[in-house]
Amino acid sequence: MSHYLHDEKVKELELIANKARELLIEELVAAGSGHTAGPLGMADIFTALYFHVLKHDPKNPKWEERDWLFLSNGHITPIRYVSMAQAGYFPIEELKTLRKFGTRLQGHPERERLPGVESTSGPLGSGLSQAAGVAHAMRMDGKKNRVYCIMSDGEHDAGNLWEAIMFAGKYRLSNLTGIIDRNNIQIDGMTEDIMPLESLRAKYEAFNWHVLEVDGHNTERFVDAIEEAKAVYEKPTVLIAHTIPGKGIPEIEFDYRWHGNPPGSGPTDVFKDKATQGRDMLAKLRTLGGKIKSEHE
Amino acid sequence: MSMLNKGAKLIDNLLDVKNIQMVPTRDGFGKGLVEAGEKDQRVVALCADLSESTRFHWFAQKFPERFIQMGVAEQNLATVASGMANYGKIPFIGSYAAFSPGRNNEQIRTTISLNNIPVKVIGCHAGVSVGPDGATHQQIEDIALMRVQPNMTVVVPCDAVEAQKATVAIAFNNKPSYLRLGREKSWVFTTPDTPFEVGKAEILRVSSASSGQADVVIIGCGILLYNALAAAEELAKEQIDCMVINSHTVKPLDEKTIIEVAKKCGAVVSVEEHQVNGGLGSAIAECLAKNHPVPQEFIGVQDRFGESGDPFELIEVLGMGVGSIKEAVKKVFKRKNK
Repeated sequence: MSHYLHDEKVKELELIANKARELLIEELVAAGSGHTAGPLGMADIFTALYFHVLKHDPKNPKWEERDWLFLSNGHITPIRYVSMAQAGYFPIEELKTLRKFGTRLQGHPERERLPGVESTSGPLGSGLSQAAGVAHAMRMDGKKNRVYCIMSDGEHDAGNLWEAIMFAGKYRLSNLTGIIDRNNIQIDGMTEDIMPLESLRAKYEAFNWHVLEVDGHNTERFVDAIEEAKAVYEKPTVLIAHTIPGKGIPEIEFDYRWHGNPPGSGPTDVFKDKATQGRDMLAKLRTLGGKIKSEHE
Repeated sequence: MSMLNKGAKLIDNLLDVKNIQMVPTRDGFGKGLVEAGEKDQRVVALCADLSESTRFHWFAQKFPERFIQMGVAEQNLATVASGMANYGKIPFIGSYAAFSPGRNNEQIRTTISLNNIPVKVIGCHAGVSVGPDGATHQQIEDIALMRVQPNMTVVVPCDAVEAQKATVAIAFNNKPSYLRLGREKSWVFTTPDTPFEVGKAEILRVSSASSGQADVVIIGCGILLYNALAAAEELAKEQIDCMVINSHTVKPLDEKTIIEVAKKCGAVVSVEEHQVNGGLGSAIAECLAKNHPVPQEFIGVQDRFGESGDPFELIEVLGMGVGSIKEAVKKVFKRKNK
């Protein structure tokens, strides 16, 4: 049970997240390219952020009092676009334009194209520095806004990111919260095989960060951790959010082969017919692993 | 009779090499940064453990609360600055050009140029005139790296006075900008009264012909413009008439002026302390190929790395001295008359 969320709110957020997964699959099918596993795994967190945590105004994306959200691992932007559309930044129908010529929904997000996207991202390892730059500038000006930065676990291979971790620790950026999508996969395989990251907790702590580990699919725990971060004095906080890649479709959960493939061009051992992969996935998704009967529940 | 352009208001006795004042362009930048900081509270300075040699320390001493020490971390330097500019600050980032924009090129591309936010990248110790430090620290590809990025303004001041003006100008242009500076003391031949406008090339030396049509026009940027003026003076004695143009802004290039002088003179020598591939000379050639093709010779580093040596010795042996410029002028003059 959460200290900060009513049960009714939890249920509301879960339903929004499940709808988000559906919209995501439809979005990826329409695009014909893009990433599947990571975005599915982050649906719960993006929902919690856009529908509970963030101070923001979809009708006024440059609102001065807003919290800033950086998405460092830009490749999972399809799920961010879904949450933004659900929140009212742009029409739901526009999701179908993902990755098409002329779209505001670029394959990797661009600040200049879509209001509400704080920064262009895709090349990994650079988001936390930018978030730290905003956080530091705000502290110089005595501003109270909070800055969030979502990162992948795999991008912790990059040196730029460790430079940022060191910087934020030095300047005690307590207005900055990092969120790591700890799903253990990256393009070429499991993170601990490609370039071991553990112990992530000990590494961040050594750089003067406050570290919290949460189940990234447990909205109550996630929101409690976000609130705890606000109470931490003179230290940045990182939430290591343990997530399941492909969450919501048990048949593809934990399968790194779905990292970079959209429905329609994924592996065919479970969803055998590429032509109907999207439809078949949606059928599985509607029950959220048997947890609910339909999206209308 | 001096053919120096009176409107450019250059120093008197410009070619009196024994008495001319020698100041590194980085000093002019250091003064300009303090000036910009005095004008606007939003100006902040971030430096990667080189604050004294880049002259960022003058700003740091005056505005310690607006100075941010980044350590030896150029990728973070660019990206933290991106965040600060995104929020509304005017960040100047400083290191040696070999490392910024050398090492952090992708971060500048994605988070500054593509984001289109006004971070000011200050590349110090550029060129072979870094001298004894050798090839690793002699950044001679930076103009090429920066000018191919959309949205980026690229300025290469010719002396300390111009560097100060350029610093203040880019502080308030609201655009991603690159400023290229040298380490070594170099000739101060412009004055506070010399006109300076980003994107506007300046005529330093005019033709002696009544038609205004010189034999050759030398178009350069940076400290080597002094060598270009010296070469033009010596060539005049050999009855070869040269215009000299200061194209301090490599991007956006002042195409109007360059096309105009190419039409007048019919032959161009480009001069820069940079690889001939991709620098100012290339920018001029691209412009003229489209608009008014004329023979062109390229003074610069000829597709090789530098090496340790005395700064001015290196400029000579790598083909950027007064003698080399004179030869290039004669060669292009011959090609024009073929």
